[in-house]
Amino acid sequence: MYRVRFHGRGGQGMKTASRILGTAFFLEGYEVQDAPRYGAERRGAPIFAFVRASRSPINERGIIQQADLVIVADDSLIAVPAAGVLTGITNDTVLLIYSETDAQTWSSRLNLACTLIVLPADQAIVDPLQHHFVGTGCAGAAAQLLGVISREHLQQAIEQELVEHHRRIVVDKNIEYGLHAFDAMAAQKGCVKQGHPINLNNYQNPDWFTLPFEAARLAAPAIHAALTSEKSKTGLWRTMRPVIDYQRCNRCWWVCSTFCPDGAINVTTGNYPQIDYDHCKGCMVCVTQCPPHAILSVPETEAAKQKMEEAPA
Amino acid sequence: MNRKLITGNGAAAWGARLAMVDYIPAFPITPQTEIIETLANWIDRGEMQGKLVTLESEHSMITAAGAAASSGVRVFSATSSQGLLYGMEMLYNVAGWRVPMVLVNVSRGLAAPITLEPDHNDVMAARDSGFLQIHCATCQEVLDSVLLAHRLSEHEDVRLPVLVNQDGFYLSFTREPVDIPNPTAAKQFVGSYEEENLAFRASTPLSHAVAVLGGGPYSYFRYEIHLAAQQALTVYDELANEFRDFFGRHYPQIEAYRCDDADYVFVMIGSFATKAKEAVDRLREGGWNVGLMRPRLLRPFPRDNFVSLLQGKQAVAVIDQNLSMGMGGILHTELASALYGKPDMPAVLASFIGGLGGRDITTQEFFEMVTVLRKAVASGETPPPRLLFTHNEFREVEKLQAIAHVEREELGQH
Repeated sequence: MYRVRFHGRGGQGMKTASRILGTAFFLEGYEVQDAPRYGAERRGAPIFAFVRASRSPINERGIIQQADLVIVADDSLIAVPAAGVLTGITNDTVLLIYSETDAQTWSSRLNLACTLIVLPADQAIVDPLQHHFVGTGCAGAAAQLLGVISREHLQQAIEQELVEHHRRIVVDKNIEYGLHAFDAMAAQKGCVKQGHPINLNNYQNPDWFTLPFEAARLAAPAIHAALTSEKSKTGLWRTMRPVIDYQRCNRCWWVCSTFCPDGAINVTTGNYPQIDYDHCKGCMVCVTQCPPHAILSVPETEAAKQKMEEAPA
Repeated sequence: MNRKLITGNGAAAWGARLAMVDYIPAFPITPQTEIIETLANWIDRGEMQGKLVTLESEHSMITAAGAAASSGVRVFSATSSQGLLYGMEMLYNVAGWRVPMVLVNVSRGLAAPITLEPDHNDVMAARDSGFLQIHCATCQEVLDSVLLAHRLSEHEDVRLPVLVNQDGFYLSFTREPVDIPNPTAAKQFVGSYEEENLAFRASTPLSHAVAVLGGGPYSYFRYEIHLAAQQALTVYDELANEFRDFFGRHYPQIEAYRCDDADYVFVMIGSFATKAKEAVDRLREGGWNVGLMRPRLLRPFPRDNFVSLLQGKQAVAVIDQNLSMGMGGILHTELASALYGKPDMPAVLASFIGGLGGRDITTQEFFEMVTVLRKAVASGETPPPRLLFTHNEFREVEKLQAIAHVEREELGQH
């Protein structure tokens, strides 16, 4: 059985990518199971999806702990623990990363001995959520790395999965990009090997724990302090950063701070809006609402290099 | 053959479409919403007949479903978790009205704490309502069960509402190959709706909810529901055979997988049972005689079928993806009650609680459960119930408790 896990952000098309790969396997005559797993169900939040494919009926279900192929559509997720990108990677795993950084650098950074392949990211695009074809590209590359899916069936799968909800030109662009990624991986065709099922003779004891009684004072699922959601840095979901140009801001503070769906724009005593980047999810509603156009979109990768301007006192 | 990759939710919608349902009262809830969205799209595009109406709650939705069923039309609806509980009062009513309908429940753990992932406490809460229950393990089974459920529900010897259960995420959002029956064959199998004496019309008043005092009539009406539910066992067998003749797939009351020569048996319901199937195959490769029994019918409970299937077996591990607080696993309790006092029953009936809130059950854990059974048989002692929960999972909880401790300290609550 082939076990494939996709990692990306909500909006990058990971569910669609898993479905394209699933359908391509299905067209090759495999039994298939594909599914997304949502957490926060929000754009930009980490999401994963998985595909199982086998020549016989599939009884395994749910989370794939040990995947034969792990695909990462957004390399900024590798450092996010909640995304679980590196879970269960062994020396037999193939890791495919869509990235501007080369494979050798990634292998060295992560100290991984497994096969690590980079699908070169389009450097002309600054917002990761604007990489419209990244999901299809990852599915296309995966199809080649698995080595059992033909170019024709990949194309047919992309067509089938997209045709209902997209205009012809969008479908065609996806096919073009998917096949381009497929061709780009020609040298590594078939490098992914099917994993083996767990064997009765070498299985690990599950290390069960007998749950003790604990009094309700400890065992009730209570949050005792106020404002604890502040501790969850949802700013990590952001790929683009709204930056206020205080020279242009006319201090009509009520507009951007009211429209912010996350309440992440505070107002200083001098009536200047100030963005809380720990919690701004990068939806850019403020950018579109700002009457004097004083809020700019800056890619996170760029913004990280700059010092942010403080709101004037 | 029209074999396609579709989700469990898609399969449920296909079931309703092929059953040519007339009326679908709807209210959204994760992870069920895709079912009503799919049906709404089809109706909107004219690919499906029938009327879909969005209600303001599940309570109203189930009321509307029951009322429509009283007027002699075929009714389908779907819900999940908190939604099923919100409509609970009306589940009992609709069953009491003795009207047929099919309700798909997409299992999801109950609050509090809140989750989106599956376990069976939601559907178990409806266990005593008079709705019959069919539990599915694959997307194919979801589609097929909706067709079967309409027949069962409308059968003159039954005429009770039927709930078809599938697990959230593990089936609802998971695509698998599903053979979508030919509409003509499906139409022939399901048949047209025989409204019997159900013909509530605006101009011909009819009351379905009479008041009875003194307990005698009440006992009669309630016990008749029970007898009809029991009658449904025989009816179900006939329909399952008929279904096999039509579509080539057979769904007995209990799916018995590699049980003929098995000494040890897993008993569990729902999609996690396919994980047990996988484990059974691996255990067999290792030379261990293990099988799986997966009841598809939970109401009526296939008591006699279990007694005959478990005769001569050494030990059983019942894996409950539910928890009755203060008692334990519900399936374990029910099975114990069914087997008690019958000759030649397994000496060991061990209880495991696993998969709560979508918690994975690994192949290794299935192996370990059989190891526990073997030890129990050797020692003659049934082990205490066990929650499938690891040291690592407890460490995770301890970290959360540490945060809570700091919070309390900071707030001055010691």
